[in-house]
Amino acid sequence: MNPALSVIFFTTASGAGYGILVMLGAYAALGRLPQSMWFGLTTMVVALGLITAGLLSSTFHLGHPERAWRAFSQWRSSWLSREGIMALATYVPALGFGLAWVFPESVKVPLYLLGLLGPVMAVCALGTIYTTAMIYRSLKPIHHWYNVHVVPAYLVLGVMTGAVLLFALSLLFAEPLKFIAPISGLLLAAGLTAKWRYWSFVDSTAGTSTPGTATGLPGAQVKSIEWPHTEANYVVKEMGFQIARKHAGRLRTIAIWAGFVVPAVMIEFSILMPAGVQVVLAVCAALVMALGIITERWLFFAEAKHTVTLYYGAEKA
Amino acid sequence: MTSLPEKTGKKLGLVIDLDTCVGCNACVTNCKEWNTGGHMAPLTDLNAYGAEADGVWFNRVHTYEVAGHESCGAAPSRTMHFPRSCLHCEKPDCVTVCPTGASYKRASDGIVLVNEDMCIGCKLCSWACPYGAREFDVFEGVMKKCTLCIDRIYNENLAEEDRVPACVATCPTSARHFGDLSDPNSDVSKLVKSRGGVDLMPELGYQPTNKYLPPRARKDTTAAMPAPELKPVTADGFLGWVDKMLSR
Repeated sequence: MNPALSVIFFTTASGAGYGILVMLGAYAALGRLPQSMWFGLTTMVVALGLITAGLLSSTFHLGHPERAWRAFSQWRSSWLSREGIMALATYVPALGFGLAWVFPESVKVPLYLLGLLGPVMAVCALGTIYTTAMIYRSLKPIHHWYNVHVVPAYLVLGVMTGAVLLFALSLLFAEPLKFIAPISGLLLAAGLTAKWRYWSFVDSTAGTSTPGTATGLPGAQVKSIEWPHTEANYVVKEMGFQIARKHAGRLRTIAIWAGFVVPAVMIEFSILMPAGVQVVLAVCAALVMALGIITERWLFFAEAKHTVTLYYGAEKA
Repeated sequence: MTSLPEKTGKKLGLVIDLDTCVGCNACVTNCKEWNTGGHMAPLTDLNAYGAEADGVWFNRVHTYEVAGHESCGAAPSRTMHFPRSCLHCEKPDCVTVCPTGASYKRASDGIVLVNEDMCIGCKLCSWACPYGAREFDVFEGVMKKCTLCIDRIYNENLAEEDRVPACVATCPTSARHFGDLSDPNSDVSKLVKSRGGVDLMPELGYQPTNKYLPPRARKDTTAAMPAPELKPVTADGFLGWVDKMLSR
């Protein structure tokens, strides 16, 4: 599949934003969130900024962005529509939570309501990541996506990226959150496990369709000898993206080290360091992770093969 | 609404005979000619006369080398031409994934269509189609697809025999057939039954309405009719004398 930059940015940025909301909701529910205006304000602006920028970027690849409002209508059948609704719905508890957390003096929210807003926001954020993952997970022609490993990876990577960003933010404002370093480490390990399982699955299996079943001659050897047209068309460009095997291997190595291993080591190592070094390490961990996760997401699209390529000479998809 | 109808009145579709298709591209050309002025008009072409020409087509003909099939006979392989277009599936995921309601399957005749005025051009439907039937029009910013020529098959301004899809009307070898596949007594249903018509990628569960007739088994008669042996030409009389003089 063609790795469109707008969708890569959307899924990674909004995933991290929702991940921050999940972590904040969990800390609030446990009563462990420090009340600090600048930390709160910055964290909420970063989280909602990442989400909003991602959502806006996802409309850039539309043929008619001005009609985007129509996408909220088909929630009965379409995961894309459900995602739009969940994304919009999450703003309500998130804005309520943000105001109550950042401006407790002016927004007099009873304590029980703040305790309620946190978990509701976290559940909505997880729900949005889930609907995003289901868009891909429900596409039968794409073996790399139509499998049980896609949704866990999206959920874990969303919360994981959010936790690492929150770790950096909490250190920048010297508002340490209890156990955030070990939690981030555990999430990075869980993220790597989820992706490892995904990669071993896609490497060891292939879709059931063949050029034979695609042309109605199952069992026969069917080899493409002439395309319909001499030039590539929309179908080939969008669904027939090809990545060199050599680069795929290297990029996977980059994703594994930069996305998971190096940030985990930096975060756990930072615990032993003085405060100044700790901040630098935490920010660097977040930046390295961003590079790794963007690579991971690029591969998620670039490595996915569509059954239509069977008509254009692919032997499996 | 992108939820699917429980049941459609008719199941209008095509039956394509891979035994008789000669890959002439007449169906491709007539489809483009009709539909660029039809319901989904225009079928935009980009850089049509330059390098890397691109454009929207509802029907494309592939060519394959087939081996290990009864139609090869004693030969190691054979050539098969394969027209590919929308199959108007009974379970079209391209419709259910649509977030706006622009894509729909008609309850009356089962035809899958796009309302271009509601399409946001997110392309998700083209990802959901295993057969590559939907093509995005980058110029118009909307998705386009085969309409089964709804503007021909119900068109009372056309003579009755012309009320078939453009691809069917033009096929010089009658490899394309149009009809109601829900009616077991229709010509197309009988044809599918007698020739063992098949679904494409049935394993994905889209339940295509269109059927393909596999190439017939070949009786091996190729070696039984050798050409007569060539004999030396002899002539007498004047021509014989000319031949003798020139052969010196």
